Amino acid sequence: MTTTESAPAAAPRTFIGKASNYLEERSGISVAVKEFGRKVFPDHWSFMLGEVALYSFVVLVLSGTFLTLFFQPSMAEVEYHGSYAPLSGMHMSAAYASTLHISFEVRGGLLMRQVHHWAALMFVAAAGLHMLRIFFTGAFRKPRELNWVVGFTLFVLGMAAGFTGYSLPDDLLSGNGLRIIDGVLKAIPIVGTWLSFLMFGGEFPGSVIISRLYMAHIMLIPALIIAMIGLHLLMVVLHKHTQYPGPGRTNNNVVGYPLLPVYAGKAGGFFFIVFGVLVAIGSLVTINPIWAYGPYDPSPVSAGTQPDWYIGPVDGALRLVPPHIESVIFGWTFSWNILIPSLIFGIVLISVAIYPFVEAWVTGDRREHHVLDRPRNAPTRTAIGAALMTAYSVMWAAASGDLMATHFHVDVFLVTHVLQVLLFVGPVVAYFITKRICLGLQKKDREIVLHGIESGEIVRLASGEYVEVHKPIDEYERWRLVDFTSYAPIERTHPNADGKITFGSRMRAALSRWFYEDRISPVKPSELTSGHEQPESLPDN
Amino acid sequence: MKRTAKKTGRRSPLASVALLGIGLLFTGGAYVVVSQTANATSASASASASTASDLVDEGQKLFSANCATCHGTSLEGTGSGPSLVGVGAAAVSFQVGTGRMPMANQGAQAPAKAVQFTDEQISALAAYVAANGGGPEIPDESLLQGNGDAAHGAELFRTNCAMCHNVSGAGGALTEGKYAPALNTVTPQHIYEAMVTGPQNMPVFSDTNLTSTDKQDIITYLLYVRENASPGGIDLGNLGPVAEGLFLWIFGLGIIVAFTVWLASKSN
Ligand code: HEC
Ligand code: HEC
Ligand code: HEM
Repeated sequence: MTTTESAPAAAPRTFIGKASNYLEERSGISVAVKEFGRKVFPDHWSFMLGEVALYSFVVLVLSGTFLTLFFQPSMAEVEYHGSYAPLSGMHMSAAYASTLHISFEVRGGLLMRQVHHWAALMFVAAAGLHMLRIFFTGAFRKPRELNWVVGFTLFVLGMAAGFTGYSLPDDLLSGNGLRIIDGVLKAIPIVGTWLSFLMFGGEFPGSVIISRLYMAHIMLIPALIIAMIGLHLLMVVLHKHTQYPGPGRTNNNVVGYPLLPVYAGKAGGFFFIVFGVLVAIGSLVTINPIWAYGPYDPSPVSAGTQPDWYIGPVDGALRLVPPHIESVIFGWTFSWNILIPSLIFGIVLISVAIYPFVEAWVTGDRREHHVLDRPRNAPTRTAIGAALMTAYSVMWAAASGDLMATHFHVDVFLVTHVLQVLLFVGPVVAYFITKRICLGLQKKDREIVLHGIESGEIVRLASGEYVEVHKPIDEYERWRLVDFTSYAPIERTHPNADGKITFGSRMRAALSRWFYEDRISPVKPSELTSGHEQPESLPDN
Repeated sequence: MKRTAKKTGRRSPLASVALLGIGLLFTGGAYVVVSQTANATSASASASASTASDLVDEGQKLFSANCATCHGTSLEGTGSGPSLVGVGAAAVSFQVGTGRMPMANQGAQAPAKAVQFTDEQISALAAYVAANGGGPEIPDESLLQGNGDAAHGAELFRTNCAMCHNVSGAGGALTEGKYAPALNTVTPQHIYEAMVTGPQNMPVFSDTNLTSTDKQDIITYLLYVRENASPGGIDLGNLGPVAEGLFLWIFGLGIIVAFTVWLASKSN
């Protein structure tokens, strides 16, 4: 950075100067540094969640690379003679034996395994939280719809990476998980069995699945993730960052700090914080104690078998569906008890992926948005989000129904039935409650803007009347509260060229009414002046 | 007297603490408090029971005072408890020694609770039940030392017990409110007795299923797991991925979010 375009005139003398001059003359990098270095990032804690996911991924690559040095992705049978006594002499796959070797004999190996696994949980969790932030603030709106899809793909890839990695050690718990995947595959009508044989290279569990998963886990999926992260960040730079409403923040600017040096410094420091937290957790808290689970063997199944949290909802959906719903059509068996949960989960995922397009279509909103919505100012969207979150959480909770039963001393069937009902009732209730809360908060904001904040000070007027003094809020705060647009529903359905009103446009009008019907408009300047009169008519005290 | 003590105890936990405290002060030992609730008349008798037949007699007395209402005066069983003919000394030792018997209230499963009898009283009850129908005996001390083959025990545990008790012995849910308990505090003797008697919903593992050496190995494994803390650090109750996920969301992400708030606020 010490170099500029006119640098050649005065040759740099310091080492850094010389080095950067060397680089500049061969790559013209200063253009890029300038372009990126001047990118402005606004400050808000919720804007750092994506970064957490990114840094967790870096930790995953670092610790994962260490693991590859010792891990053997092979299902060849070996006899264990390592240092973990309760397994000595047991027959197991080389994959399991090498994971034990990493855990007990490789210096720092157990730490690396635990850091890797905790980072995997963190990666998906941070990405999920980041997605929620994007959703509830409406950051996915034009022009960022495609980046939402890229982010969504990253989340799904994260789940895939996690699942393939979780299966690698070939222990009893992950083997049970694979067995479920095998069952889901086989439930696919007509081709299911062939698919399962294709994936496992024969009858489950076969002898190739670990090496195939390994290929996907350390090469295919990470490569896709890296490509997607590149695309994702590129789009962030192109679109510029969104910002929360606030004084001076408009659709045409970004208020914040330049990437270089302020933001880069902060981000660099933050990487080490994330890394440090992950290593601290990895060194203090056990995760996936595969030695306690034993090697995979198709016969034993343990009580309380569950997958990692991000696969939990799939497992939960399988647990919630009533048993025995199957039908035989033309000699093919259709296992609805497996197909329906898989379908439901698929539908939830797909509706998340296409949500920005659906909302844009329903609302007819084609403007660009760079200023975020406060969740309360988009009540219907916020309510939809709350409903989806509720459905997801119920499925997630169902994956641990047995633990709830033993820990709260209730019948496991009761837990299941309650969750079955909640799966349908919960989202509806969440929708209405959330919407009411949002509207209530909007009303409150309106009150505050128009009449100021209640000061708790009671004043007696000359006429003998008592009133409470409302302090007007400052302009900065007011900006935050009034800077949003409230849309009216698309009322008219336009006839098309043939003079007909199509079903599509009718439906759209209906959906738009549903989306925007209940709304509270922001305070207009004209209202504001009349609202101000009230406190001004009070006597000075 | 037994009645009222129980009632106040139920009404307020503080009252029972106070009672216990007073009891300890005035009588000089928890022994008295415990045996008082169980059976006030038995304390003096048990000390003198020395010969085998004395033991059986003593057991019979205890039995008719505490168990006969449910199990019948001659072990034949009643509407509120099964027959105990042939269940053996091991069953009594397990049921009474873990506090499951005498059963307090009808539920899905008699839970383990504070033990209500002394060791001598339990042996007396066991001797009485064994004398009237035989059955599995109290295991030999040599099988309970945890000196068998842990690896073999672990394998047996995974194939025979993990489906109910969970691979790491953390326990699990069964149907209709029943559950297989966690195994991290049970004594070796009770583990052995549970296997030979199959309490409630647990199957009986007779010597043809699992030889006494097999049982010894299983105990060895369970003791190994108990005595050796997880090499990875805090074990989160050995509850598996659900506990790990909750930990990550609450503590892991919680700490990180706290840091983001801190970083974002510093610049203002
Ligand atoms: C309130 C009624 C009740 C009382 C009092 C009671 N029991 Fe039981 N007992 C039961 C019931 C019901 C079962 C069977 C269900 C179960 O195993 O939980 C049972 C089971 C048992 C078993 C296991 C039987 C088997 O098949 O393995 C033994 C042993 C036993 N009781 C001993 C005793 C002894 C000894 C006492 C007295 C100290 C006692 N019980 C007091 C109700 C009672
Ligand atoms: C079908 C499920 C099932 C299987 C299989 C099973 N158990 Fe159990 N086990 C239970 C239940 C249910 C109880 C609780 C019985 C009670 O409360 O009276 C229990 C209780 C026990 C207890 C007493 C726990 C306590 O807190 O006092 C021990 C010890 C035990 N089991 C060991 C084993 C061992 C060892 C095996 C394998 C050889 C095994 N169990 C297999 C269901 C099972
Ligand atoms: C990109 C580089 C990565 C490499 C080189 C890598 C490598 C490995 C290896 C070798 C294992 C072996 C199992 C073990 O020893 O415990 C493993 C396990 C695992 N990986 Fe990765 N991985 C990478 C990325 C990821 C990502 C992105 C995720 C998830 C989001 C992930 C999640 C897991 C999990 C959950 C395990 C199981 C670990 C355990 O059982 O303790 N990995 N990985």
